[in-house]
Amino acid sequence: MSQSKVAYKASEEVDFVIVGSGAAGGVLAKELSTNGFRVVVLEQGPYLTEADFGHNEIDVVFNHQLTNNPNTQPVTFRKTEQDKAQKQYSVMYGRCVGGSSVHFTANFWRLHEIDFVERSKVGEVPGATLVDWPIRYDDLEAYYTKVEWECGVSGLAGASPFDPPRSKPYPMPPLPVKGSGVIFERAARKLGYHPFPAPMAILSQPRAGRSACVNCGFCLGFGCEVKAKSTALSAMIPLAEATGRCEIRPNCYVRRIEVDKNGRATGAVYFDAKKNTHLQKAKAVIVCANGAETPRLLLLSESAQFPHGLANSSGLVGRNLMLNSGAIVFATFDEPLNDYKGFAVSRIFHDFYEMDLQKTGIYGGGGLDARFDLTPITFALGALPPGTPKWGKDFKKSLHENFVRTMEIFCHGTSLPVETNSFSLDPEIKDAWGLPALRMTYRDHPNDLRLAEWMKDRALEILDAAGAKQKWNAPVQEQQFAVHLLGTCRMGTDAKKSVINPDHRTHDVPNLFLCDGSSLVTSGRGQPTMTIQALAFRAADRITALAKGGEI
Amino acid sequence: MKIPSTGRREFLAYAGGTAGVAWLNAQWPGILAAADHAHQATKSKTPVKFEVLTPAQARDVEAIASLIIPTDELPGAREAGVVYFIDHALKTFASDAVETYQKGLAHLNGETSAKHPGVKQFADASLEQQEQLLHELSDEIPSQNVGGRRRPQIGPAADFFQTIWQHTISGFLVDPSGGGNRDYVGWKVIQRDPAHSFAPPFGFYDKDYPGWQADAKAGEKK
Repeated sequence: MSQSKVAYKASEEVDFVIVGSGAAGGVLAKELSTNGFRVVVLEQGPYLTEADFGHNEIDVVFNHQLTNNPNTQPVTFRKTEQDKAQKQYSVMYGRCVGGSSVHFTANFWRLHEIDFVERSKVGEVPGATLVDWPIRYDDLEAYYTKVEWECGVSGLAGASPFDPPRSKPYPMPPLPVKGSGVIFERAARKLGYHPFPAPMAILSQPRAGRSACVNCGFCLGFGCEVKAKSTALSAMIPLAEATGRCEIRPNCYVRRIEVDKNGRATGAVYFDAKKNTHLQKAKAVIVCANGAETPRLLLLSESAQFPHGLANSSGLVGRNLMLNSGAIVFATFDEPLNDYKGFAVSRIFHDFYEMDLQKTGIYGGGGLDARFDLTPITFALGALPPGTPKWGKDFKKSLHENFVRTMEIFCHGTSLPVETNSFSLDPEIKDAWGLPALRMTYRDHPNDLRLAEWMKDRALEILDAAGAKQKWNAPVQEQQFAVHLLGTCRMGTDAKKSVINPDHRTHDVPNLFLCDGSSLVTSGRGQPTMTIQALAFRAADRITALAKGGEI
Repeated sequence: MKIPSTGRREFLAYAGGTAGVAWLNAQWPGILAAADHAHQATKSKTPVKFEVLTPAQARDVEAIASLIIPTDELPGAREAGVVYFIDHALKTFASDAVETYQKGLAHLNGETSAKHPGVKQFADASLEQQEQLLHELSDEIPSQNVGGRRRPQIGPAADFFQTIWQHTISGFLVDPSGGGNRDYVGWKVIQRDPAHSFAPPFGFYDKDYPGWQADAKAGEKK
């Protein structure tokens, strides 16, 4: 149920209409309404609250309670532009107020200095469209700090020698260590690495009327019932609504950005829950619909004036998609870890953040985390040691012994941008509203697969050093399932080579702004939400300054 | 103040009975959520009679589920009420799998009668016969990579064994609010404490952890 104190008429021109209420949209809604603007947030999903969340895996994993539903919103996939895309559940994102931040793992890593200037440092990378960001780490540092303090991030400043500079410590100490974290920390140190307490967007202490984490064990994939997870829903939306100037309007699926003859956006056209269409008028439009739906919406907004889609004079809308490379390694141990208790991750390390290019021939880098993010059903369906029978008494015995004795090491890494990796409109398949389905085209840059293999081998070494009873890994293969949706409307100063400028304003439409994973120029090493929110806080400052200066 | 690592009701009793007021205020959202869950847990979603399966089909489904997770010194699929979960699933989120069940069961019963004349349905075969028949059905389940950003998919699987295997596991291990795992017997098997909140130490490896200490060599980058 909506808590908004204000309800605007669609015909009433508000200051901003924001499309999407997730990590970025939530921050922008809170900041802009706090700064005195009248804001309508259109969210395609329902307005769920803590009372609606539970531990039922059927609802969450199989009935898509919190995420896009492939039955009504089909997605198609192909590896290359030469292939015909087939229906395939290849993209998952949050579809409720709060977006993907409601169900995320809550790993909150800042980008490092290198992520903004990697192209300058390593030169041209064959087969990739790697470029520097138009901003630097220093431009974002204050905003990273803002995210940590305003949303709530637990962590320990100075614990990693690889961390970039910071102006303030974390507002809260780290969450407690888990068995997986202790095992990882001891073994990694034995091998000379520098493990440290994971920075997590989960409260380790009560804060702002929200409970500390009670370690219930249903975290990744689930909504938090005690508001300990620092989601847009728990941390930002209530503040936006409290201003009395922001209306969160759920169950509103935006199909088009409307533009007048002068090439200025006039508002957003959406389907309500009954599939009736409305135009919400606004002085400016901010699209925060995620790295898949933001480019799709621009492409859906084509017109005679913008025949290739809105804000797409560069032809780059939807292109340079990055997912973050990765590998997962599993191990069992002799004694119970009971790692199902608590959040997913308690220890990580960043020793591989910058790969030694000369020595390994691998670009980019990554980070490793120790975790257990499986719930009972997902564990039993896919995480038993190789060689376990599929059914019967020994299958049951393995379930009995291993649910409490298993941990994972997740290796996260760079995706290099490749221009042909993209989101676009499927020419044939339609969604339940009659709109062209989202089409994903993706093939990992070979470098990213080498990086994932390399990190996987290091993770296996760590598990050896830890004395694992049995260890194994999911095969490293070309990715066909995306949750990190990055780079598809990249930021830059050259209108021919980017979609938005450093103020998040589209190069082509002066009162149209984009801010979400699509804005990222490089992929970082795996945990994008922290950066998406820092960008959103910064965008809010920029947009406020422009609006107050009469420049929108 | 430690958060008590006990059951939901105990958690509530603790919160209401012995905790300090400051702690109570600080944890209030958590306590409300736990109270809500204690309430939810008393509302079983499991129906008392079959809505999709015929009684004969239900016997076969229960026989298969009991082979997948048999009853030994610990409870199995039968005690968890998996067959009721599956029947309800076929009416709701897995309604597109009804045909797979109908065809799969008919095929299995055909095989049963052909190999064991006089035995009319799978559930009537001996345990040894059932195991052999199921082996023939279950040669290979493609492995799924779960964990992290990946997610298993239960779709309208054409393969009967794959489908009933996934449904049996789901009905055995789902939080009881999802209509299976009756009396948490599935979680007893996997040793998951049904409590709603936990306090560290969680297990064997963190119980003697001395607290975070910076590595002496951590000042220098490799």
